[in-house]
Amino acid sequence: MSAHGGGPEARGGAAPGAYTPYHPRWYRRRVSVWWWLKRPTYATFVLRELTSVFVAGFAVVTLLQVRALSAGPETYARFQQRLESPVVLAFHAVALAFLLFHSLTWFNLAPKAMVVRVGGRRVPDAAVLAANYAAWIVATASVAAVLLAAR
Amino acid sequence: MRTRPLTPLLWTLFSAGGTLAALLYPVHLFLVGLAFPLGIFEPPSPETLARLVAHPFTRLYLFVFIALPLVHWAHRFRYTLYDGLQLKHLFALVAVLCYGAALVGAAAAGYVLWAL
Repeated sequence: MSAHGGGPEARGGAAPGAYTPYHPRWYRRRVSVWWWLKRPTYATFVLRELTSVFVAGFAVVTLLQVRALSAGPETYARFQQRLESPVVLAFHAVALAFLLFHSLTWFNLAPKAMVVRVGGRRVPDAAVLAANYAAWIVATASVAAVLLAAR
Repeated sequence: MRTRPLTPLLWTLFSAGGTLAALLYPVHLFLVGLAFPLGIFEPPSPETLARLVAHPFTRLYLFVFIALPLVHWAHRFRYTLYDGLQLKHLFALVAVLCYGAALVGAAAAGYVLWAL
């Protein structure tokens, strides 16, 4: 974790001995827990991080669906009924918006996160971006084809 | 500086889960959560779906589909708690709760899919 190197002298003359392991006692303004509402970019950052909650939520929904399916037709019928309730539909609509936000921010960051080199030259950001979006389209079409063709 | 040998592994899992969720979650959620219940598309019959899910390849697919994004959530949510709610002082507790929940979810998925 944080390495408190340098000693008290290094941070503006706090008295030796005033040092405590986690909170050295020099003046530090407390940041509000709502710091991320101060600027749109901060709020966007926190919203992006919160997409993970909906990702986990849908993982759990999928797990519950598989479990209902394995428990037999009646249980699965009840599961399907629950999916049709307005509350669950509204939740899924909000979740879809967050999942799309996750996909867009994830793919748009990809050129920065992975620098691809071919023959010693860096592949341009636009090409990495295009490859990601192409993969998204192929994945979406494949899943849709399987689930819509299954009768 | 204490080294944290687990960090690269956790980051790799976070990244893999994030990519999987980015590629596959929107279409799954749209069909299962909205299009089928609203009757926009005809859902597969339960028998067909059960047969499809019972196939070994689908089981493996679903395990990865559930487990990896859960680890992605654990990693991302952990740092959101640290920064967003300023819970840095609960470092170990937050980490154990987040990764622990993801592991429980992954184990449950493994159990359900194995026992199909």
